[in-house]
Amino acid sequence: MDNERRKFLKIAGFSALAGIGAPAIVKLTSTASYASEQAAHGASEGKMAEGGSLQETGEKTKQYGMVIDMRKFMQNPELEDMAIEACINAHNIPQFPPEKKKDEIKWIWKTGFENAFQEHTNYHTSEEVEKSPFLILCNHCEFPPCVRVCPTKATFKMKETGIVTMDFHRCIGCRFCMAACPYGSRSFNWQDPRPYIKHLDPDFPTRMRGVVEKCSFCEERLAKGLEPACVAAVKDSGALIFGDINDEKSEIRQVLQKEFTIQRKPSAGTKPSVFYIV
Amino acid sequence: MYNKKTIIPGLIIFVLILTAPIWYNGLKARAMPKPELPAGEKQCVLPLQEIRDTHMQLLNRWRDEVVRENKREPITVDGKVYGKGFQLACLKCHPSKVKFCDKCHEYAAVQPYCWDCHYTKAQAAEMMKETH
Repeated sequence: MDNERRKFLKIAGFSALAGIGAPAIVKLTSTASYASEQAAHGASEGKMAEGGSLQETGEKTKQYGMVIDMRKFMQNPELEDMAIEACINAHNIPQFPPEKKKDEIKWIWKTGFENAFQEHTNYHTSEEVEKSPFLILCNHCEFPPCVRVCPTKATFKMKETGIVTMDFHRCIGCRFCMAACPYGSRSFNWQDPRPYIKHLDPDFPTRMRGVVEKCSFCEERLAKGLEPACVAAVKDSGALIFGDINDEKSEIRQVLQKEFTIQRKPSAGTKPSVFYIV
Repeated sequence: MYNKKTIIPGLIIFVLILTAPIWYNGLKARAMPKPELPAGEKQCVLPLQEIRDTHMQLLNRWRDEVVRENKREPITVDGKVYGKGFQLACLKCHPSKVKFCDKCHEYAAVQPYCWDCHYTKAQAAEMMKETH
Protein backbone atom coordinates (compact mmCIF):
# COMPACT_ATOMS: atom_id res chain seq x y z
CA MET A 1 0.00 0.00 0.00
CA ASP A 2 2.70 2.45 1.08
CA ASN A 3 4.78 1.40 -1.89
CA GLU A 4 1.96 2.25 -4.31
CA ARG A 5 1.44 5.70 -2.84
CA ARG A 6 5.20 6.39 -3.14
CA LYS A 7 5.12 5.38 -6.81
CA PHE A 8 2.09 7.53 -7.48
CA LEU A 9 3.63 10.63 -5.91
CA LYS A 10 6.82 10.15 -7.94
CA ILE A 11 4.92 9.90 -11.23
CA ALA A 12 2.73 12.90 -10.35
CA GLY A 13 5.79 14.98 -9.44
CA PHE A 14 7.65 14.20 -12.64
CA SER A 15 4.61 14.86 -14.83
CA ALA A 16 4.10 18.23 -13.14
CA LEU A 17 7.74 19.16 -13.76
CA ALA A 18 7.51 18.06 -17.40
CA GLY A 19 4.32 20.04 -17.87
CA ILE A 20 5.81 23.23 -16.45
CA GLY A 21 9.12 22.85 -18.23
CA ALA A 22 7.87 21.81 -21.67
CA PRO A 23 6.94 25.27 -23.01
CA ALA A 24 10.34 26.63 -22.00
CA ILE A 25 12.12 23.81 -23.80
CA VAL A 26 9.97 24.29 -26.90
CA LYS A 27 10.75 28.03 -26.88
CA LEU A 28 14.51 27.42 -26.51
CA THR A 29 14.66 24.87 -29.30
CA SER A 30 12.41 26.78 -31.75
CA THR A 31 14.20 28.23 -34.79
CA ALA A 32 15.69 31.71 -34.58
CA SER A 33 13.92 32.96 -37.73
CA TYR A 34 10.55 32.23 -36.19
CA ALA A 35 11.44 34.19 -33.08
CA SER A 36 12.64 37.25 -35.01
CA GLU A 37 9.57 37.11 -37.24
CA GLN A 38 7.40 37.28 -34.17
CA ALA A 39 9.34 40.20 -32.76
CA ALA A 40 9.00 42.16 -36.00
CA HIS A 41 5.28 41.44 -36.11
CA GLY A 42 4.86 42.69 -32.56
CA ALA A 43 6.77 45.88 -33.34
CA SER A 44 4.72 46.75 -36.40
CA GLU A 45 1.53 46.13 -34.48
CA GLY A 46 2.68 48.47 -31.75
CA LYS A 47 3.44 51.14 -34.31
CA MET A 48 0.00 50.98 -35.86
CA ALA A 49 -1.66 51.14 -32.47
CA GLU A 50 0.33 54.21 -31.54
CA GLY A 51 -1.79 56.49 -33.69
CA GLY A 52 -1.62 55.22 -37.23
CA SER A 53 0.62 58.02 -38.46
CA LEU A 54 1.88 57.32 -41.93
CA GLN A 55 4.97 59.42 -41.43
CA GLU A 56 6.19 57.09 -38.72
CA THR A 57 6.20 54.20 -41.13
CA GLY A 58 8.46 56.21 -43.43
CA GLU A 59 5.92 56.80 -46.20
CA LYS A 60 5.96 60.24 -47.74
CA THR A 61 2.37 61.37 -48.02
CA LYS A 62 0.44 64.56 -48.33
CA GLN A 63 -0.93 66.41 -45.35
CA TYR A 64 -3.26 69.18 -46.35
CA GLY A 65 -3.28 72.11 -44.00
CA MET A 66 -4.33 75.73 -43.75
CA VAL A 67 -2.84 79.01 -42.64
CA ILE A 68 -5.37 81.51 -41.31
CA ASP A 69 -3.95 85.02 -41.60
CA MET A 70 -5.81 86.83 -38.84
CA ARG A 71 -4.16 90.17 -39.72
CA LYS A 72 -6.25 90.21 -42.90
CA PHE A 73 -9.42 89.04 -41.17
CA MET A 74 -9.02 91.74 -38.51
CA GLN A 75 -8.85 94.36 -41.23
CA ASN A 76 -11.87 92.96 -43.09
CA PRO A 77 -14.12 91.14 -40.61
CA GLU A 78 -16.72 90.52 -43.36
CA LEU A 79 -14.27 88.07 -44.98
CA GLU A 80 -14.97 85.63 -42.15
CA ASP A 81 -18.67 85.67 -42.87
CA MET A 82 -17.98 85.11 -46.56
CA ALA A 83 -15.90 82.01 -45.78
CA ILE A 84 -18.51 80.63 -43.37
CA GLU A 85 -21.36 81.33 -45.81
CA ALA A 86 -19.53 79.52 -48.62
CA CYS A 87 -19.07 76.46 -46.41
CA ILE A 88 -22.72 76.42 -45.33
CA ASN A 89 -23.90 76.59 -48.94
CA ALA A 90 -21.46 73.98 -50.19
CA HIS A 91 -22.37 71.35 -47.59
CA ASN A 92 -26.08 71.87 -46.91
CA ILE A 93 -25.41 72.81 -43.29
CA PRO A 94 -28.61 73.61 -41.39
CA GLN A 95 -29.03 77.01 -39.78
CA PHE A 96 -31.01 76.83 -36.57
CA PRO A 97 -32.80 79.80 -34.99
CA PRO A 98 -31.18 81.27 -31.85
CA GLU A 99 -33.52 79.40 -29.49
CA LYS A 100 -32.15 76.11 -30.88
CA LYS A 101 -28.51 77.01 -30.42
CA LYS A 102 -27.76 73.71 -28.71
CA ASP A 103 -28.56 71.90 -31.98
CA GLU A 104 -26.10 74.03 -33.95
CA ILE A 105 -24.02 72.33 -36.67
CA LYS A 106 -20.58 73.88 -37.09
CA TRP A 107 -17.94 73.17 -39.73
CA ILE A 108 -16.14 76.51 -39.70
CA TRP A 109 -17.20 79.21 -37.28
CA LYS A 110 -16.16 82.20 -35.20
CA THR A 111 -15.05 82.36 -31.61
CA GLY A 112 -13.09 84.70 -29.33
CA PHE A 113 -9.31 84.56 -28.97
CA GLU A 114 -9.46 83.33 -25.38
CA ASN A 115 -11.72 80.44 -26.40
CA ALA A 116 -9.66 79.41 -29.38
CA PHE A 117 -6.26 79.78 -27.72
CA GLN A 118 -6.55 79.01 -24.03
CA GLU A 119 -2.84 78.26 -23.86
CA HIS A 120 -1.82 81.56 -25.43
CA THR A 121 -3.88 83.99 -23.39
CA ASN A 122 -2.35 86.47 -21.00
CA TYR A 123 -3.67 89.34 -18.93
CA HIS A 124 -2.80 92.02 -21.43
CA THR A 125 -3.79 90.83 -24.89
CA SER A 126 -3.96 93.62 -27.43
CA GLU A 127 -7.38 95.15 -27.76
CA GLU A 128 -7.65 94.29 -31.44
CA VAL A 129 -6.97 90.59 -30.83
CA GLU A 130 -9.28 90.49 -27.84
CA LYS A 131 -12.20 91.93 -29.77
CA SER A 132 -11.72 90.12 -33.08
CA PRO A 133 -13.55 86.89 -33.75
CA PHE A 134 -11.25 84.03 -34.82
CA LEU A 135 -12.16 81.51 -37.50
CA ILE A 136 -11.92 77.96 -36.22
CA LEU A 137 -12.48 74.62 -37.91
CA CYS A 138 -11.33 71.01 -37.72
CA ASN A 139 -7.55 70.93 -37.37
CA HIS A 140 -7.10 67.74 -39.42
CA CYS A 141 -4.54 66.60 -36.87
CA GLU A 142 -1.68 64.32 -37.66
CA PHE A 143 -2.64 62.26 -34.60
CA PRO A 144 -6.42 62.65 -34.57
CA PRO A 145 -7.91 61.46 -31.27
CA CYS A 146 -11.37 61.24 -32.87
CA VAL A 147 -10.13 58.55 -35.28
CA ARG A 148 -8.68 56.49 -32.45
CA VAL A 149 -11.92 56.35 -30.52
CA CYS A 150 -14.37 55.74 -33.38
CA PRO A 151 -15.76 52.21 -32.88
CA THR A 152 -16.94 51.82 -36.50
CA LYS A 153 -14.12 53.60 -38.33
CA ALA A 154 -16.73 56.04 -39.58
CA THR A 155 -14.19 58.80 -39.10
CA PHE A 156 -10.76 58.17 -40.53
CA LYS A 157 -7.63 59.85 -41.80
CA MET A 158 -7.36 59.67 -45.58
CA LYS A 159 -4.11 58.08 -46.69
CA GLU A 160 -3.57 60.23 -49.78
CA THR A 161 -4.39 63.64 -48.33
CA GLY A 162 -4.09 63.42 -44.55
CA ILE A 163 -7.61 64.81 -44.25
CA VAL A 164 -9.65 63.60 -41.29
CA THR A 165 -13.06 62.90 -42.72
CA MET A 166 -16.35 61.13 -42.07
CA ASP A 167 -18.21 58.26 -43.67
CA PHE A 168 -21.72 59.27 -42.66
CA HIS A 169 -23.04 55.87 -43.74
CA ARG A 170 -21.10 54.22 -40.94
CA CYS A 171 -21.61 56.70 -38.12
CA ILE A 172 -23.73 55.20 -35.34
CA GLY A 173 -23.95 58.46 -33.40
CA CYS A 174 -22.10 57.31 -30.28
CA ARG A 175 -20.37 60.73 -30.00
CA PHE A 176 -17.09 59.27 -28.70
CA CYS A 177 -15.32 61.45 -31.29
CA MET A 178 -16.97 64.55 -29.88
CA ALA A 179 -15.67 63.68 -26.43
CA ALA A 180 -12.22 62.95 -27.83
CA CYS A 181 -11.76 66.06 -29.99
CA PRO A 182 -9.89 68.72 -27.99
CA TYR A 183 -11.14 71.47 -30.32
CA GLY A 184 -14.91 70.93 -30.29
CA SER A 185 -14.81 70.61 -34.05
CA ARG A 186 -17.61 68.08 -34.28
CA SER A 187 -21.36 68.56 -34.19
CA PHE A 188 -24.13 66.07 -33.60
CA ASN A 189 -27.43 66.09 -35.47
CA TRP A 190 -29.88 66.10 -32.60
CA GLN A 191 -32.75 66.42 -35.06
CA ASP A 192 -33.47 66.08 -38.77
CA PRO A 193 -31.46 68.92 -40.31
CA ARG A 194 -33.48 69.11 -43.54
CA PRO A 195 -36.13 71.64 -42.51
CA TYR A 196 -33.37 74.08 -41.49
CA ILE A 197 -31.28 74.05 -44.65
CA LYS A 198 -31.50 77.47 -46.25
CA HIS A 199 -29.75 76.73 -49.53
CA LEU A 200 -29.50 73.26 -51.01
CA ASP A 201 -26.60 72.20 -53.20
CA PRO A 202 -28.15 69.37 -55.24
CA ASP A 203 -24.82 67.60 -55.74
CA PHE A 204 -24.18 67.18 -52.01
CA PRO A 205 -26.28 65.02 -49.67
CA THR A 206 -27.78 66.17 -46.40
CA ARG A 207 -27.26 64.33 -43.14
CA MET A 208 -29.81 62.49 -41.05
CA ARG A 209 -30.69 62.66 -37.37
CA GLY A 210 -28.15 60.86 -35.19
CA VAL A 211 -24.88 61.31 -37.05
CA VAL A 212 -21.87 63.46 -36.27
CA GLU A 213 -20.44 65.84 -38.86
CA LYS A 214 -17.44 68.12 -39.27
CA CYS A 215 -15.24 69.99 -41.73
CA SER A 216 -13.84 67.70 -44.44
CA PHE A 217 -11.51 70.26 -46.07
CA CYS A 218 -13.96 69.96 -49.00
CA GLU A 219 -12.47 66.67 -50.14
CA GLU A 220 -15.21 66.41 -52.79
CA ARG A 221 -14.02 69.74 -54.25
CA LEU A 222 -10.33 68.80 -53.97
CA ALA A 223 -11.08 65.67 -56.01
CA LYS A 224 -12.34 67.95 -58.78
CA GLY A 225 -9.21 70.09 -58.57
CA LEU A 226 -10.98 72.93 -56.76
CA GLU A 227 -9.93 74.63 -53.54
CA PRO A 228 -11.99 74.30 -50.35
CA ALA A 229 -15.09 76.49 -50.47
CA CYS A 230 -13.92 78.83 -47.68
CA VAL A 231 -10.53 79.36 -49.34
CA ALA A 232 -12.14 80.05 -52.71
CA ALA A 233 -14.57 82.52 -51.11
CA VAL A 234 -11.78 84.75 -49.75
CA LYS A 235 -9.32 84.02 -52.55
CA ASP A 236 -8.68 87.67 -53.47
CA SER A 237 -7.59 88.65 -49.97
CA GLY A 238 -5.21 85.70 -49.47
CA ALA A 239 -6.40 85.42 -45.87
CA LEU A 240 -6.71 81.64 -46.09
CA ILE A 241 -3.79 79.71 -47.52
CA PHE A 242 -4.39 76.06 -48.25
CA GLY A 243 -1.93 73.39 -49.37
CA ASP A 244 0.22 70.37 -48.62
CA ILE A 245 2.32 71.08 -45.53
CA ASN A 246 4.55 68.08 -46.26
CA ASP A 247 5.59 69.55 -49.63
CA GLU A 248 8.56 71.87 -49.11
CA LYS A 249 7.82 73.79 -52.30
CA SER A 250 4.16 74.50 -51.61
CA GLU A 251 2.91 78.03 -51.02
CA ILE A 252 1.74 77.16 -47.55
CA ARG A 253 5.24 75.97 -46.56
CA GLN A 254 6.75 79.22 -47.83
CA VAL A 255 4.31 81.15 -45.66
CA LEU A 256 5.00 78.93 -42.65
CA GLN A 257 8.71 79.44 -43.07
CA LYS A 258 8.42 83.21 -43.26
CA GLU A 259 5.76 83.98 -40.66
CA PHE A 260 5.42 83.23 -36.97
CA THR A 261 2.36 81.08 -36.47
CA ILE A 262 0.50 79.65 -33.50
CA GLN A 263 -1.69 76.57 -33.19
CA ARG A 264 -4.61 75.64 -31.01
CA LYS A 265 -3.77 73.56 -27.92
CA PRO A 266 -0.32 72.39 -29.02
CA SER A 267 0.10 70.63 -25.67
CA ALA A 268 -2.66 68.16 -26.62
CA GLY A 269 -0.05 66.54 -28.85
CA THR A 270 -2.36 66.07 -31.80
CA LYS A 271 -0.20 68.05 -34.26
CA PRO A 272 -2.87 70.23 -35.86
CA SER A 273 -2.60 71.15 -39.55
CA VAL A 274 -4.23 74.57 -39.14
CA PHE A 275 -1.93 77.49 -38.33
CA TYR A 276 -2.74 81.05 -37.30
CA ILE A 277 -0.86 84.25 -38.00
CA VAL A 278 -1.94 86.75 -35.37
CA MET B 1 -56.76 4.92 -34.14
CA TYR B 2 -57.88 6.60 -30.96
CA ASN B 3 -59.74 9.92 -30.91
CA LYS B 4 -60.27 9.88 -34.65
CA LYS B 5 -63.12 12.35 -34.32
CA THR B 6 -60.92 15.11 -32.94
CA ILE B 7 -57.53 14.37 -34.53
CA ILE B 8 -58.61 14.42 -38.17
CA PRO B 9 -60.59 17.70 -38.05
CA GLY B 10 -57.73 19.13 -35.99
CA LEU B 11 -55.21 18.14 -38.62
CA ILE B 12 -57.35 19.64 -41.36
CA ILE B 13 -57.63 22.94 -39.44
CA PHE B 14 -53.88 22.93 -38.81
CA VAL B 15 -53.07 22.46 -42.51
CA LEU B 16 -55.57 25.17 -43.46
CA ILE B 17 -53.97 27.66 -41.05
CA LEU B 18 -50.50 26.71 -42.26
CA THR B 19 -51.45 27.38 -45.86
CA ALA B 20 -53.49 30.49 -45.07
CA PRO B 21 -51.13 32.87 -46.96
CA ILE B 22 -51.72 30.89 -50.15
CA TRP B 23 -55.54 31.06 -49.78
CA TYR B 24 -55.37 34.67 -48.68
CA ASN B 25 -53.49 36.21 -51.63
CA GLY B 26 -51.23 33.58 -53.18
CA LEU B 27 -53.54 32.86 -56.05
CA LYS B 28 -53.94 36.44 -57.18
CA ALA B 29 -50.30 37.56 -57.39
CA ARG B 30 -49.85 41.26 -58.03
CA ALA B 31 -48.67 42.34 -61.44
CA MET B 32 -44.92 42.87 -61.79
CA PRO B 33 -44.00 46.48 -61.10
CA LYS B 34 -43.22 48.65 -64.12
CA PRO B 35 -40.77 51.35 -63.10
CA GLU B 36 -40.75 54.33 -65.43
CA LEU B 37 -37.59 54.27 -67.53
CA PRO B 38 -35.98 57.45 -68.80
CA ALA B 39 -37.39 58.33 -72.21
CA GLY B 40 -34.26 59.18 -74.17
CA GLU B 41 -31.86 56.66 -72.63
CA LYS B 42 -31.15 53.17 -73.93
CA GLN B 43 -28.26 52.14 -71.68
CA CYS B 44 -27.55 52.07 -67.97
CA VAL B 45 -24.11 51.72 -66.36
CA LEU B 46 -24.60 47.93 -66.44
CA PRO B 47 -26.71 45.65 -68.68
CA LEU B 48 -30.38 45.57 -67.71
CA GLN B 49 -30.43 42.24 -65.91
CA GLU B 50 -27.23 42.98 -64.02
CA ILE B 51 -28.27 46.41 -62.84
CA ARG B 52 -31.62 44.98 -61.78
CA ASP B 53 -29.99 42.23 -59.73
CA THR B 54 -26.92 43.96 -58.36
CA HIS B 55 -27.54 47.73 -58.21
CA MET B 56 -27.35 47.61 -54.42
CA GLN B 57 -23.91 46.01 -54.48
CA LEU B 58 -22.79 48.52 -57.11
CA LEU B 59 -24.00 51.41 -54.97
CA ASN B 60 -22.21 50.03 -51.92
CA ARG B 61 -19.02 49.60 -53.92
CA TRP B 62 -19.21 53.12 -55.31
CA ARG B 63 -19.89 54.46 -51.83
CA ASP B 64 -16.84 52.74 -50.35
CA GLU B 65 -14.60 53.76 -53.23
CA VAL B 66 -15.69 57.39 -53.22
CA VAL B 67 -15.94 57.99 -49.49
CA ARG B 68 -13.16 55.80 -48.14
CA GLU B 69 -10.67 55.30 -50.97
CA ASN B 70 -10.96 58.70 -52.66
CA LYS B 71 -11.59 57.08 -56.06
CA ARG B 72 -13.97 59.60 -57.52
CA GLU B 73 -13.14 59.36 -61.23
CA PRO B 74 -16.25 59.52 -63.43
CA ILE B 75 -17.38 56.34 -65.13
CA THR B 76 -17.68 56.09 -68.91
CA VAL B 77 -20.07 53.56 -70.41
CA ASP B 78 -20.51 53.55 -74.18
CA GLY B 79 -19.16 57.06 -74.49
CA LYS B 80 -21.49 58.52 -71.85
CA VAL B 81 -19.83 59.93 -68.74
CA TYR B 82 -21.46 59.35 -65.38
CA GLY B 83 -20.41 60.96 -62.11
CA LYS B 84 -19.66 58.36 -59.45
CA GLY B 85 -22.44 58.61 -56.94
CA PHE B 86 -26.11 58.06 -56.30
CA GLN B 87 -27.06 61.70 -56.79
CA LEU B 88 -24.41 62.25 -59.46
CA ALA B 89 -25.30 59.30 -61.71
CA CYS B 90 -28.50 57.40 -60.89
CA LEU B 91 -30.78 60.32 -60.11
CA LYS B 92 -29.65 62.30 -63.17
CA CYS B 93 -31.42 59.80 -65.47
CA HIS B 94 -34.06 58.61 -63.01
CA PRO B 95 -35.25 61.85 -61.46
CA SER B 96 -38.33 60.45 -59.71
CA LYS B 97 -38.19 58.33 -56.58
CA VAL B 98 -41.93 57.61 -56.70
CA LYS B 99 -42.07 56.56 -60.35
CA PHE B 100 -38.84 54.58 -60.42
CA CYS B 101 -37.24 53.44 -57.15
CA ASP B 102 -40.39 52.99 -55.09
CA LYS B 103 -42.12 50.83 -57.71
CA CYS B 104 -39.95 47.77 -57.13
CA HIS B 105 -38.95 48.54 -53.56
CA GLU B 106 -42.59 48.58 -52.50
CA TYR B 107 -43.30 45.39 -54.41
CA ALA B 108 -40.36 43.67 -52.73
CA ALA B 109 -41.16 45.30 -49.37
CA VAL B 110 -37.67 46.72 -48.89
CA GLN B 111 -36.95 50.09 -47.33
CA PRO B 112 -33.46 51.20 -48.33
CA TYR B 113 -32.12 54.06 -46.18
CA CYS B 114 -30.62 56.01 -49.11
CA TRP B 115 -33.27 58.69 -48.68
CA ASP B 116 -32.27 59.62 -45.15
CA CYS B 117 -29.53 61.76 -46.67
CA HIS B 118 -29.78 61.60 -50.47
CA TYR B 119 -32.63 63.24 -52.33
CA THR B 120 -34.10 63.82 -55.78
CA LYS B 121 -34.66 67.22 -57.38
CA ALA B 122 -38.36 66.99 -56.54
CA GLN B 123 -37.59 66.29 -52.89
CA ALA B 124 -35.14 69.18 -52.90
CA ALA B 125 -37.83 71.53 -54.19
CA GLU B 126 -40.17 70.34 -51.46
CA MET B 127 -37.48 70.81 -48.79
CA MET B 128 -36.86 74.35 -49.95
CA LYS B 129 -40.58 75.12 -49.98
CA GLU B 130 -40.87 74.01 -46.34
CA THR B 131 -37.93 76.12 -45.26
CA HIS B 132 -39.01 79.34 -46.92
